[in-house]
Amino acid sequence: MNATAAASDRRAAREAARLRRSRRGQAIAAISSVIVLGGLAALVLTSPGWPEVRETFFSWEAFRDSFPGVLEGFWLDVKLFVIVELVVLVLSLVVALVRTSKAAALFPLRLLAAAYCDIFRGIPTILLVYLVGFGIPALQLEGLPTDPVVLGGVALALSYGAYVAEVYRAGIVSIHRGQRDAALAIGLTEGQALRYVILPQAVRRVGPPLLNDFISLQKDVALVSILGPQEAFRIAQIDASSTFNYTPLIAAAMLYLCVTVPLARLVDRFGLGIGGVAR
Amino acid sequence: MSAPPVLEIRGVTKAFGGREVLHGVDLEVREHQAVALIGASGSGKSTLLRCVDLLEDIDDGDVLLDGEVITDPSVDTVAVRRRLGLVFQAYNLFPHLSVLDNVVLGGVRAHDLARSEAEDRGRALLERFGLAGREDDHPDELSGGQQQRVAIVRAFAAYPRAMLLDEVTSALDPELVGEVLEAIRDLKSAGMTMLIATHEMSFAREVADEVSFLHDGRILESGPPQRVLASPQRPETQRFLRRLPDASRL
Repeated sequence: MNATAAASDRRAAREAARLRRSRRGQAIAAISSVIVLGGLAALVLTSPGWPEVRETFFSWEAFRDSFPGVLEGFWLDVKLFVIVELVVLVLSLVVALVRTSKAAALFPLRLLAAAYCDIFRGIPTILLVYLVGFGIPALQLEGLPTDPVVLGGVALALSYGAYVAEVYRAGIVSIHRGQRDAALAIGLTEGQALRYVILPQAVRRVGPPLLNDFISLQKDVALVSILGPQEAFRIAQIDASSTFNYTPLIAAAMLYLCVTVPLARLVDRFGLGIGGVAR
Repeated sequence: MSAPPVLEIRGVTKAFGGREVLHGVDLEVREHQAVALIGASGSGKSTLLRCVDLLEDIDDGDVLLDGEVITDPSVDTVAVRRRLGLVFQAYNLFPHLSVLDNVVLGGVRAHDLARSEAEDRGRALLERFGLAGREDDHPDELSGGQQQRVAIVRAFAAYPRAMLLDEVTSALDPELVGEVLEAIRDLKSAGMTMLIATHEMSFAREVADEVSFLHDGRILESGPPQRVLASPQRPETQRFLRRLPDASRL
């Protein structure tokens, strides 16, 4: 009897201590947030240039005037992002499959795929957009596209295809060898083992890094602006240089955030939900 | 003339790199027979089973299935594997598929069964092996013993000519071993021809028609279980059996 009473006393004491600790933690978090964020705000707001910055970067009128145009330009970014992403998903899967293949006949393709990954991951995306955007039309070959949006999209697809191929490849080689053994043991061919057993698991496993690359691509779509298309960043830039007010760029930045932040939350949820093993 | 053995292993030799794991193994499994393959870890039991299922290329010798050489380079390996069933120590279930889909995949993709037919057969087998109601679960929701029984059903679902069991209870908690051994007894009473690599000596004694002792890649001793297990002739076999915890029960 005494023992139970003593045990429940101990339990109450522990719970009280836990409560105290958690309250104290919350208080410290609140105070330190006020100090850090308040300090940063005070630093910006009391800086000598702040009145001017507020006028040139955060002007409500300039925002109102430029926003519809920037939004219209952003629509091009979104369309380009979606199309390039789809192309990247297919292209990179093919490259990854070639690179992980073992067949002797595919040796030259393996060589090409490896060279592709090395070269296109090694060139800055902005440079690639320049080279493709201005180089392909300069060839003056019949049938090749000359539209800067298409060429910019091609450059982005080539660049991201190389990155994403490596993500897929990492997923494929991470699947335990026993899975292939089991697939072959039930009588599947190598191709069927890949299709029904290895790839489904590999793709699930690389979901989070894949989404991470999507976010990156969504931002880099702005790089096609250097070829001339009127996308969000380009329009904001034109507005800014004609009015000497940089608020349109802030408007463009907010539009990008509207897409990338939800994508990032999706990555978090996917990343946390997937646990250790692909399901 | 009597029918040839279902499985016949003749002088099989296999090396990994420079290390020879099997040195000329000879073994036969006749129809409806269960042969228990015993021996220490690393003696080559798993390698031998993998060689029979053509998951490893052998260096020398031959394996015959129903009197037909299956280790010739010209033989269609996929077609041979479709006639055999292999169960792994670590189950190797497909984690992204449900229990039923694990069992059905081979029937649908390797044996050209209609999905409905494969599913009917799969459900019936799952029920027979005590897994009714678990069809839609994923492997990670099952205990080790249940997972291994699913793996046995997966290998058995195509009605293989022979089954190869690779230490199927070695990865299990002791209290889960019994249910898996029960499943193997069921296979045996159904007349399945089996080659069973195992550490369960009392089980080998009960179920096997013959026990073969593999030591350093060679079969040193073969015969009826009561003779090989109770009065082994070779000093290596005697030493191996003495070291086992359940030796006293034999």
